[in-house]
Amino acid sequence: MSADHSEELAALVGRRSGAPQVAPDAVNLAMIRHWVEAMGDENPVYLSEEAATDAGFGGIVAPPTMLQAWIMRGLKASLEAESRRAEPETTAGSDNDRMMALLDDEGRTSVVATNCDQHYVRPLRLGERLVTTSTIEDITAEKKTGLGEGRFVTTRIDFVSLPDLGEHASVSEEVVAAGEPVATMRFRILKYRPGTAKGAEVRDGDGGPARPRRPRPALTQDNAFFFEGTRAGKLLIQRCVSCHTLRHPPLPACAVCGSLDWDTVQASGRGELYSFVVVHYPKVPSFDYPLPIGLVALEEGTRLVADLAIDPAELRIGMPVEAELVSFDDELTLPVFHGLPAERDEGG
Amino acid sequence: MSQHSFAGKVAIAGIGATEFSKDSGRSELRLAVEAVAGALADAGIAPTEVGGMVTYSSETNPDVDIARSLGIGELTFFSRIHYGGGAACATIQQAALAVASGVADVVVCYRAFNERSGNRFGAGVQDRAPMANAESAHFAFYMPVGLLTPAQWVAMAAQRYLHVSGATSEDLGRVAVADRRHAATNPKAWFYGQPITLAEHQESRFIVEPLHLLDCCQETDGAQAIVVTSLERARDLPNPPAVVAAAAQGSGEGQDMMTSYYRDDLCGLPEMSVVARQLWATSGLGPDDMQAAILYDHFTPYVLYQLEELGFCAKGEAKDFVADGRIELGGALPINTHGGQLGEAYLHGMNGIAEGVRLVRGSSVNQVPELEHVVVTAGTGVPTSGLILGVDR
Ligand SMILES: [Zn+2]
Repeated sequence: MSADHSEELAALVGRRSGAPQVAPDAVNLAMIRHWVEAMGDENPVYLSEEAATDAGFGGIVAPPTMLQAWIMRGLKASLEAESRRAEPETTAGSDNDRMMALLDDEGRTSVVATNCDQHYVRPLRLGERLVTTSTIEDITAEKKTGLGEGRFVTTRIDFVSLPDLGEHASVSEEVVAAGEPVATMRFRILKYRPGTAKGAEVRDGDGGPARPRRPRPALTQDNAFFFEGTRAGKLLIQRCVSCHTLRHPPLPACAVCGSLDWDTVQASGRGELYSFVVVHYPKVPSFDYPLPIGLVALEEGTRLVADLAIDPAELRIGMPVEAELVSFDDELTLPVFHGLPAERDEGG
Repeated sequence: MSQHSFAGKVAIAGIGATEFSKDSGRSELRLAVEAVAGALADAGIAPTEVGGMVTYSSETNPDVDIARSLGIGELTFFSRIHYGGGAACATIQQAALAVASGVADVVVCYRAFNERSGNRFGAGVQDRAPMANAESAHFAFYMPVGLLTPAQWVAMAAQRYLHVSGATSEDLGRVAVADRRHAATNPKAWFYGQPITLAEHQESRFIVEPLHLLDCCQETDGAQAIVVTSLERARDLPNPPAVVAAAAQGSGEGQDMMTSYYRDDLCGLPEMSVVARQLWATSGLGPDDMQAAILYDHFTPYVLYQLEELGFCAKGEAKDFVADGRIELGGALPINTHGGQLGEAYLHGMNGIAEGVRLVRGSSVNQVPELEHVVVTAGTGVPTSGLILGVDR
């Protein structure tokens, strides 16, 4: 199965997502005008000083639901943040980046925003400068949803007004603490494993999570016998009819004698582990990670790359292994190798 | 083994590259055009004088598009070489063959891609549609089990090598430490100013055991071009010629593409031995005549293999060879003085050839003193190529 970072994620709850964010611009008429035109909001208190004063606001106020627009960081910074997160080789900077990386590592690489709640303390007036702090408020246990299995993450964003901020692009937590709270927003996302939606393509034989099918082998007249064989319950090795030399991967001719004629022999399925890897990255949704894969020397003499149903910590070059044919879906059956007790001379 | 008749008669006269980045922000074709224009300017050769162009079969930028962009005009030689990074030094070989035989007077070799921001090789082949042909069927025994990326293909061999030779992950790490030390002083390198320690290598997370993150190269956006002409012509051009003392391709017994898992053992790169034998026989030189080496380093393990196949040390002894800073600047055989593909940029090996040229010119930021010859290699785990560049005497 994929990594489970429940404990590390729990430790991030209550922490700041990152540094305080300063609104790039003060609350201003131009942005309000764009917003109300786009939204079709004709309430005059957002554009007319007179109407706003008459309504008792003491001057123009910003539409409350425009809250988030004041702190949007713009396209460039958003793209930069995205590429920083997509970067496996960098150590991400903020706790939010760390949280996202942990969730990705759990195989939850897809994301969707689910809801956003806003609470307003008072209207915002022209010229106010906002600063936000973001806190990771909640990370749920795994939930099964229509999109897939995932965790909901709630981030609380507290807005404070700091009228005398000036040109500062960044501020400390202490400065923020001195500001006047004006609004709170809770933003909820679902980070989920792609391909795990209810009714997704294929389920594991053991009733495990649904997942996309494994990549298909490209079949030709030279290699199709192998995959037809496994489906029929046989692990086959290609053999030269003329000199009986075995060969794998399949080829149309025998390098020893040149014969184009071949048939197959059924392998016992026993062999030893010649080499192996344990894959951690990238995580492809068709597989579970860490993913051990072996290069098995079959006792007949050929080698074969195959699944290992062996705990990665137990893997040793030279260990005896034996294949079981496992059907992954109605098309694909492959040998999966288990460990065998080492043959020992008890000397008795 | 016979000597190649073109060797010693041709030279690299110009090199040009874009910056190396994670997101170039422009088209791959534009990167190629910038690099080729830069290399021609460096050579002091007009675009109209170019008669040949060579690149990789994995290149997406047609030579004719570059030719039209730069007003190169007529071409009498154009060629593409297969096997990914294995093509790197072979581009120079084919250019040299064309120049020495009179087919083209000036040949430009190039490689350009947005490999980081665009199509990442490291992301795996899982989405390739299976086709009923041999090239696609090659993956039939790897894709369904999840062995999908170059790092994974290399790791399978490396695990066996470590087991047999007694080398450890730390020995692989010494390659990364050397590369990153050199990158740290190369302003063009992605990891400029960021050396690493062996401990940091060991602590970096596993990508695919036994390979850590810091065993893996830097996927890059960028382009590199190289201008090849006759040594005679090169002597009249602004930069000191980098003489092509030898250039060779090699495919080995039991050769496969990245997954030669069915040979007698997994502890060698027989294809690099094919290259090495030609290089030494043609140049009349040997490992002791090299003052530096640019060894293809998409992943660290095959650097150890190459030291053995090129004859810098005996089989299984690379772990001892790389100890004590021997492969770092100031050591007996500094490797990858530009930072390699782990530290400077992964440009399918073309940036390594350019570093070989700078070493011969005496203009590397990590110059090796009194350098006469440098060996440069191409992609490993695939049919490959190599090159010996030398100072004009
Ligand atoms: Zn035969």
